[in-house]
Amino acid sequence: MAVGATEAIDLSRAMVLAPTGAADWLVVAPVVIPLLVGAVLLMFRHETKPQAGVALAGLAATLVGNMLLLARILDEGPVVMTMGRWLPPFGISFTADILGASLSLVATLVALVCAFYSTTDIGTIGRRYGFYPFLMLMMAGVSGSFLTGDIFNLYVWFEVFLISSFGLLVLGSEHRQLDGTTKYAILNLIGTTFFLTATALLYGVFGTLNMADIARKADSVREAAPLTTLAMFFLLAFGMKAAAFPVNFWLPASYHTPRIVTAALFGGVLTKVGVYALLRTLVMLFPPERAILSGVIAWVAAGTMVIGIMGALSQTDLRRVLGFVVISSVGIMLAGLALGSAEGLAGSIFYAFHSMIVMAALYLLAGVMNGIGGSYSLRTLSGLYSAHPMIAAFALLLMLSAAGLPPASGLWPKVMLVRASLDVGQPWLALAVLATGFLTTLALGRVFILAIWRERADAAPMAAASTTPLLGYLALAALALPMLFMGVYPQPVIELAERAAAGILDASAYIDTVFPEGARP
Amino acid sequence: MEAILAVVVGIFFAVAIYLMLSRHIIRILLGITIFGNAVNLTIFTMGRVVREVPPIIPVDLDVPAGVTANPLPQALILTAIVISFSFFAFLLVLAFRTYQELGTDDTDGMRVAEPEGEELPPLGY
Amino acid sequence: MRTLIFRTTAPYLTALMVLFSIFVLLRGHNEPGGGFIGGLIAASAFAIYGIACGVSPVRRALYFHPMAISAFGLLVSATSGVVSLFFDVPFLTGLWTTIDLLGLPVDFSTVILFDIGVYFVVLGSITSIALALEEREHA
Repeated sequence: MAVGATEAIDLSRAMVLAPTGAADWLVVAPVVIPLLVGAVLLMFRHETKPQAGVALAGLAATLVGNMLLLARILDEGPVVMTMGRWLPPFGISFTADILGASLSLVATLVALVCAFYSTTDIGTIGRRYGFYPFLMLMMAGVSGSFLTGDIFNLYVWFEVFLISSFGLLVLGSEHRQLDGTTKYAILNLIGTTFFLTATALLYGVFGTLNMADIARKADSVREAAPLTTLAMFFLLAFGMKAAAFPVNFWLPASYHTPRIVTAALFGGVLTKVGVYALLRTLVMLFPPERAILSGVIAWVAAGTMVIGIMGALSQTDLRRVLGFVVISSVGIMLAGLALGSAEGLAGSIFYAFHSMIVMAALYLLAGVMNGIGGSYSLRTLSGLYSAHPMIAAFALLLMLSAAGLPPASGLWPKVMLVRASLDVGQPWLALAVLATGFLTTLALGRVFILAIWRERADAAPMAAASTTPLLGYLALAALALPMLFMGVYPQPVIELAERAAAGILDASAYIDTVFPEGARP
Repeated sequence: MEAILAVVVGIFFAVAIYLMLSRHIIRILLGITIFGNAVNLTIFTMGRVVREVPPIIPVDLDVPAGVTANPLPQALILTAIVISFSFFAFLLVLAFRTYQELGTDDTDGMRVAEPEGEELPPLGY
Repeated sequence: MRTLIFRTTAPYLTALMVLFSIFVLLRGHNEPGGGFIGGLIAASAFAIYGIACGVSPVRRALYFHPMAISAFGLLVSATSGVVSLFFDVPFLTGLWTTIDLLGLPVDFSTVILFDIGVYFVVLGSITSIALALEEREHA
């Protein structure tokens, strides 16, 4: 590009010429900060001491960036930044709306707490293998998925967090980890390749990959194009990523194998990216097709929640119980997608916030319980109450929350979902949600009874019963507090979820941000 | 041209799915590679096949003079190839390692993470 | 594979290939080539060296761990995007300047910086995978 030639060309027809203020950089901050910090941490992998501190600082900075971004979006509507100054749809647009930014915020919070807990769980060897760099790169991928406004870019971010998650899963290379990671990696790779297939077909139909561009063009091509097939493809691909029922078997095969903090991170964050992508594509891009498929989605949702929680009932290993609880929580989020009403979607989004926090907290709780009781097996784990009464308080709160009982946050999204399914005229879905809540109470209640209340059979003292797991309590409290807040004072969160749902149901604000009035189509 | 490519894509998909149905990790990996290539060809075909007109805008114009080849599918395919290549390389190392450690590449025999005949949780309290 | 002829020629071949990879990298400025393909050529150069002389001489020759090289590349690429923060343009915008190199004007840009980053990412990650595979072969 010679400098002389560019002066003659009217740049405004290809490029954004308005200057980009530093405030606009908030859109990419949740991606760029972890990316840079992750790269630096990976370079100095063998300096194991400062790794955790730098990662925590990086995640805290990302959290602040996310907060500022969400505050700005709540104030001014969606924010967009198009890479390399090219006019959308030619440049890749990062478009942050309430849905993406709020999920990114909660995910970063969960990652921060997990990183805090990992200072006890991840030793020198795990650090040398690169736990913290992989964590940062995974969070860059997750935030990128939440914030990007381009379907192909979404695929790229999926792959970024996927390959980092492989690194986290296999960290330590025990036999069961290799086994679990092989299955996880292969099945997820097939899932993302399905996603790519769908993207190829989408590109063939629309000739564009920008989500806002697709949303505004969808009505004009609907007559001639097989959009229902496309929507089904996305449902399959993202359903696989979200661990929806017939394609969820990679999750129980792998999530119990890595370090507990990795499992907490995955159980909290990763499946919700799949749910987010489903909301984004099916609700914002293809609403009529979602309505056609709503029967299928409803069956998938019901199957996921009921069969998931039945799996939890039959497991002995605490971590595997939790794996199935994660699956059933995905089913509840899919119920809102099946309903498609504003209240149902808001319920799903609220449940996603809740589920991210509570699932990560439950895995961390399992880690603390293992630290005290020395086992994950429900056959041997016992007598925790007499050793540390405090853990019973945390366990009770988390389990009530996961089952959707007051006072914690699980109640309200379920109320919204049940009410929405009665309004839409699908009472059986409400029944499935309620039955799942009951079965979750059974499954987790049994964990509580066996692990915490049951007297220890052998008189031998527990491995670490004398020391209080202070760091674990702090991490659990950091997650339990927002959860309790959402349960006791849910109004702001409900409003946030309703605004997020309105933002994807009516995409006009999103489209107007990417293609402002007067810009060329 | 599109018709021929569509048939090729179909054959690729069929071969890939056949291989992925196998019990052996290495065949599944080969299947995934072919699957990725099938998708790349799909992207290529979806970008409409136009021959021999490079998408270069002359100095005195703002838009291309006539119909040109579409450069975007190539960028997409290149990205997809890079990603699938690095995933394949990683999975190859992982599968090899798994084979060495577990002594099998038969997925039916890989029951370390989910052992067979695991006892039920206690039914009473 | 450890024949005398191969072992003798491998260092020269590796040196030539690394040189060629840098040529391909810089050529990508205006012509076919660039960071990805250059990185692949460099990675295969080290893979050949590893096949001929064993893995540990390669690790010694590289000095840095391949993953660290890859991380360095990632840092360079990401930083080249962040440079635009100071010029009021969006992330990853190509910024150009001409620097005077020994009396020769050379176009320098964040784009080439990004490409150099990609070169190191590919070089590092593919070399680390190739070396891991070669190591297991002989173990």
